[in-house]
Amino acid sequence: MDLNIAGIRLDVTEDGYLTDLSQWNKEIAIEIAKENGIELTDKHWEVLYWIQDQVKNDVALSVRGIKKSGVLDIKEFYELFPGGPLKISTKIAGVPKPKSCI
Amino acid sequence: MKNLVILGAGTSGTMMANHLVSKLPKKEWQITIVDQYKTHYYQPGFLFLPFDIYNENQVKKVGKKFIPKGVNYVQKKIEQIFPKENKVELEDETLNYDILIVATGCKIAPQETEGMKGENWHKSVFDFYTFEGSLALRNKLRDWKGGKMVVHFTEMPIKCPVAPLEFVFLADSYFTKKGMRDKVDLTYVTPLGGAFTKPKATAALSHLMKEKNIKVVTDFNIERVDNEKNQIVDYADTTVDFDLLVTVPTNMGDEVIERSGMGDDLNFVPTHHNTLQSIDNENIFVIGDATNVPASKAGSVAHFASETLTDNILLYIEGKPLKEEFDGHANCFIETGKNKALLIDFNYKFEPLEGTFPIAGIGPLKLLKESIFNHWGKLAFRWIYWNMLLKGIPIPMVSRNMSLKGKKIN
Repeated sequence: MDLNIAGIRLDVTEDGYLTDLSQWNKEIAIEIAKENGIELTDKHWEVLYWIQDQVKNDVALSVRGIKKSGVLDIKEFYELFPGGPLKISTKIAGVPKPKSCI
Repeated sequence: MKNLVILGAGTSGTMMANHLVSKLPKKEWQITIVDQYKTHYYQPGFLFLPFDIYNENQVKKVGKKFIPKGVNYVQKKIEQIFPKENKVELEDETLNYDILIVATGCKIAPQETEGMKGENWHKSVFDFYTFEGSLALRNKLRDWKGGKMVVHFTEMPIKCPVAPLEFVFLADSYFTKKGMRDKVDLTYVTPLGGAFTKPKATAALSHLMKEKNIKVVTDFNIERVDNEKNQIVDYADTTVDFDLLVTVPTNMGDEVIERSGMGDDLNFVPTHHNTLQSIDNENIFVIGDATNVPASKAGSVAHFASETLTDNILLYIEGKPLKEEFDGHANCFIETGKNKALLIDFNYKFEPLEGTFPIAGIGPLKLLKESIFNHWGKLAFRWIYWNMLLKGIPIPMVSRNMSLKGKKIN
């Protein structure tokens, strides 16, 4: 599938996650955040970059990992990305959502 | 004489010993395998033990039986790996190696979640990822009168990520057969966005939860188990009540990886996705659940990986470039209850798709669809495991890399 965000055609999964992190940029993140009712602050950006680093280093993302990250505590994480913090933050960060085999 | 040392005699380590014993010249190489435990468990059987489908003796054998002649089998605790010095310290001796294969697996870490391994552990809070947990759960279920059963997993990655789903399907069958399904309230709780998370599987399988009357709670990130109120509590303060909790705790690599400073936060060893060489040390290779590669942690994945790794060990010895071949291939039967099962075949790149397997257009096995034939396949697999897989005998028509033949891509 492809999707037009911020004037750029992007490769995305059926549920709207970018399949190629190299297509990601800040404008795209702002647009995806808006669609999820989030206005990005400095703290959001810090978390998004941290998530991208984790993914680049093959570290599995989990809420427990957030707790150990030193970037923010879990309550803050829920406040920044209400609803499903991992599901939403990964979408904005342009990385795959945490998933299982099926 | 050169030394190749394998750490861990589980599925991966045992397969590697069997592959390599016939390939490395005996005059030049001594192969040693180290594992402190005497028993080799058939871990897929831990899913069936609670429901009295398998008994204790069907899921364990003496590990020594599967270590080939010519391989030195050392039953001692591994204290520490010293990658820079090419040595491994055991409880009372030190082994030097030229090549090291890390196959130390992963295991549950209930202590990572507050209250999980508390006063109700193996009383009303159970795991089924250990022999002890699975057996304790069987004994509990034999005379359980019903109530709220919650099947839950803590976070990814876990060994065999479909096992909690299979468990809840088999529970539905088990209680139906016992004539008490109406007395059991079944709930499946996942930290992910759905019971199914890949588009094709979601489309093909979501109906199963409804059909079987299984409630689903998604995006639940457990903070603690409340042993007073019999609840699991997540970070957003939502709660799920239970009378019987069947949980898959956080899974972590072995502590020896942490002691040796070789792992990530969860003690998994950084490993090249396609060669299975460790990232930090060129003479250390990693296989199975011990790696951090983004493949499923499953015996089937280890089986395919062992074929690539065997070739790469030989190439490494000859000083040739390694094959970047391993594709994360997994091939797994998934029990859906009532004597039916699914078969899935996938890799790093392709999600499980519908189709036929192993012969395109013919099968006889169907991918991503329930069938009785797939269930027979799952049961037959126990024999294949003990008699072929562990011994490194190739399974006919099932290749190490995933094939797109017979699969519906769109």
